Amino acid sequence: MSRILMEMKEITKTFPGVKALDHVNLCVEAGEIHALVGENGAGKSTLMNILSGVYPYGSYEGEIIYDGKRCEFQKIKDSEQKGIVIIHQELALVPYMTIGENMFLGNERGSRYNLNWNATFREAEELLKRVGLSEPPQTLVKDIGVGKQQLVEIAKALTKDVKLLILDEPTASLNESDSKKLLDLLLEFKKKGMTSIIISHKLNEISYVADKITVLRDGMTIETLDNREHVIDENRIIKGMVGRELTNRFPARENVKIGETGMEIKNWTVHHPLVPERKVVDHVNMYVRRGEVVGISGLMGAGRTEFAMSIFGKSYGVNISGEMMLNGKEVKLNSVWQAIENKLAYISEDRKGNGLILSNSIRVNTTLAKMDKVRRFGGVIDKNKEYEVAESYKEKLKTKATSVEQNVGNLSGGNQQKVLLGKWMFTEPDIMILDEPTRGIDVGAKYEIYCIINSLAKEGKSIIMISSELPEILGMCDRIYVMDQGRFVGELERKEATQEKIMAMILKHGASQ
Amino acid sequence: MDGVKKVLKKNSMLFVLLIVAVFFGWKTEGVLFDSQNVTNLIAQNGHVVILAVGMLMCILTGGNIDLSVGSIVAFIGAVAGKLMVTYKMNFVPVIAICLVLGVLIGMWQGFWIAYIRIPSFIVTLAGMLLWRGISLIILDGLTISPFPDEFKVIFNSYIPNPFGGSINIMCMLIAIIVCLFYLFISVKGRRDRKKQGYTVENPVPAFMRAAVTCLVVLLVAFRMAQFQGLSSILVILAVVVGIYTYYTSKTVGGRYLYAVGGNEKAAKMSGVNTNRVLFLAFTNMAFLSAVAALVCVARFNSAAPAAGKNYEMDAIASCYIGGASAYGGTGTVMGAVIGAIFMGLLNNGMSIMGVDSNWQQAIKGLVLLGAVAFDVISNRKKG
Repeated sequence: MSRILMEMKEITKTFPGVKALDHVNLCVEAGEIHALVGENGAGKSTLMNILSGVYPYGSYEGEIIYDGKRCEFQKIKDSEQKGIVIIHQELALVPYMTIGENMFLGNERGSRYNLNWNATFREAEELLKRVGLSEPPQTLVKDIGVGKQQLVEIAKALTKDVKLLILDEPTASLNESDSKKLLDLLLEFKKKGMTSIIISHKLNEISYVADKITVLRDGMTIETLDNREHVIDENRIIKGMVGRELTNRFPARENVKIGETGMEIKNWTVHHPLVPERKVVDHVNMYVRRGEVVGISGLMGAGRTEFAMSIFGKSYGVNISGEMMLNGKEVKLNSVWQAIENKLAYISEDRKGNGLILSNSIRVNTTLAKMDKVRRFGGVIDKNKEYEVAESYKEKLKTKATSVEQNVGNLSGGNQQKVLLGKWMFTEPDIMILDEPTRGIDVGAKYEIYCIINSLAKEGKSIIMISSELPEILGMCDRIYVMDQGRFVGELERKEATQEKIMAMILKHGASQ
Repeated sequence: MDGVKKVLKKNSMLFVLLIVAVFFGWKTEGVLFDSQNVTNLIAQNGHVVILAVGMLMCILTGGNIDLSVGSIVAFIGAVAGKLMVTYKMNFVPVIAICLVLGVLIGMWQGFWIAYIRIPSFIVTLAGMLLWRGISLIILDGLTISPFPDEFKVIFNSYIPNPFGGSINIMCMLIAIIVCLFYLFISVKGRRDRKKQGYTVENPVPAFMRAAVTCLVVLLVAFRMAQFQGLSSILVILAVVVGIYTYYTSKTVGGRYLYAVGGNEKAAKMSGVNTNRVLFLAFTNMAFLSAVAALVCVARFNSAAPAAGKNYEMDAIASCYIGGASAYGGTGTVMGAVIGAIFMGLLNNGMSIMGVDSNWQQAIKGLVLLGAVAFDVISNRKKG
């Protein structure tokens, strides 16, 4: 039994109307990697915000003991002084500043009125080496990928003499190889004696990296699992999270009848909007039948989202060429409006960025893409009808909200995704393109989304599902296209598909380039 | 108690307005509420209300503002003056020409903003110089007057009172009809909502609001009735405010304005033609500037190259005072109107009090900041 570095005792935090945390205990030993898991809204982020001083002492009950002393953090600076550094899910880097400037932001080298740039970049370079990043520190942050930006965040934490590093969903937007790199870095740090707390939805990563796993559910500590032998499997964690064993993470497809081809794409080529000579999508051929769920698998940056958006009324890319057939007839869709009229729907991977209007209500969001259906003569909105529509989708999709007048920005990720799905179901599409439909959503909500997808397929819709999570692709799709560097490099039937085969296709193609 | 707090919070700007009105009423020993002054107050600020409504449409689309408004007012005024006074054209075609010209100017600016994607700030800053310059050229730096009477009558007259008597009964009658109509709409809306299973607002605050609104309408109408009655400018304002309130709250076009301001990318991915929404907002702004220009020349009875100075600032300030977000997506026409009245009240009250005009400017600045700060702080989420 090693020394206890930090202990949170009987933490209770209430927001107006909700008890976010209810007598939560968390005990972290020095030199371990401690994972914090739980469904969305279980209270993980709230707990970490208390620890890092975002919620000041006095706004919660309970006590924090760090390094043997009681702590009363009033602000983030207080906790940082003790070596507790939190890296939030949304990266907090300034894109138009260099890596070095970002790392020492708020902690500048030199004196207040005379910044020492040499020291800044020298120290930055050293720390970047420690996180395994070879980028020169003078590079602008906007010019490096998300994976590297995450590493810069960690290097930034190192400038603060960090003793306890808290990572909130560090791999949420990383691809598999970048995630692996990041996790190995954590293991590396652990060997040198650093303690870290990691919040993640990706359970395979948790069982790979964590020594202890604390499970939160509904604001309460459920259990702390010992994972030093790395033998805890995902189902065991899920059981703690949802309070029941999910025997099947993917709902079964009831014998669906797969019909005729709904959409076919031939020789589809798309060029980058800023670098027109670069092909982002390169001579892609594909088809999807009615009642079929077709997956597009591939690494981040393979061109999946770009392909989907270019189909959807040319919302991405320039010099788009190729043929598109809907129900056997060739069509040219030049705007999103035309795409919707031709019964296409694209459910964005970026819910908050280009999916929903967060400052508006569920009602307003639900009808936005097809206002023709709720308007009377001349463009006057029939609010009662709109209300009924929103209410029916809320019920059908089991969206948890006080009413359809609630602002979408106040909903959890899973419920936002349901509103987004409802919005596009309302347009009565034949072809639905779902781009990462379960990103950042907890296990229970994922299952519900899968059920919705299956029922849509059953209705005879053609579904294209883009996902970075291989188990999801394998569990949900009838047929899988594998995409790499703008090309479709393979096609697999459900029966023959395995994770290894998909990865092999990608790697082989990458190697041949 | 909780209900009262909620009402206060929701209508915080309205209460600030009331407080300011009472303050000036007291300080000016009631002159502010003098029947002639109430009529004047409306006449003096008609153009601000019209411009604020137009500006709101621009601000809603994502914090875009139109700086060229004052110059367009001068330019359209100059054209109207040249045609009516110098060339003795009939006022009917002149009004039509002016409104069409306004639309064309708006299309010109909207084109650069919406389709070429030059920031609205820059395009309208250029417009501010351009239209001011052209109006100077047209007028050769001189002021033109007087305008024909039949033109002025449209904007500067009173609804005739067939009943006679010392009190304008026509004015009171219209006010009572307006109140009844308002009550009818509120009650009907409530009943509809109840039928649909909506949660209905508590009856007490709802009743309070209806009562206060009707009381204010009747009081203002009574004051005007003691003078000359209902002015034509008020009718024009009511029409403009009515149309745009309806447009923003009840139509698809209005919904798109809010959608583009709330999240332009999401609106675009929902099939909304975001360029057209922006284009229309700026076209409409210039159209309303032309309306305001006609109101102004009729009231001043002259077209001057320096007309309309700082009108854009009054309009922008009105919107922000009225609760519009500087980032777009939130704000109401009624809010902008309240903002415009607030500004007018401030000007009028201080003038009657005899505050030195140099001081007036400085005080206005501070009061504006204070009013918006009050609104922001009282609406801040607790916790």
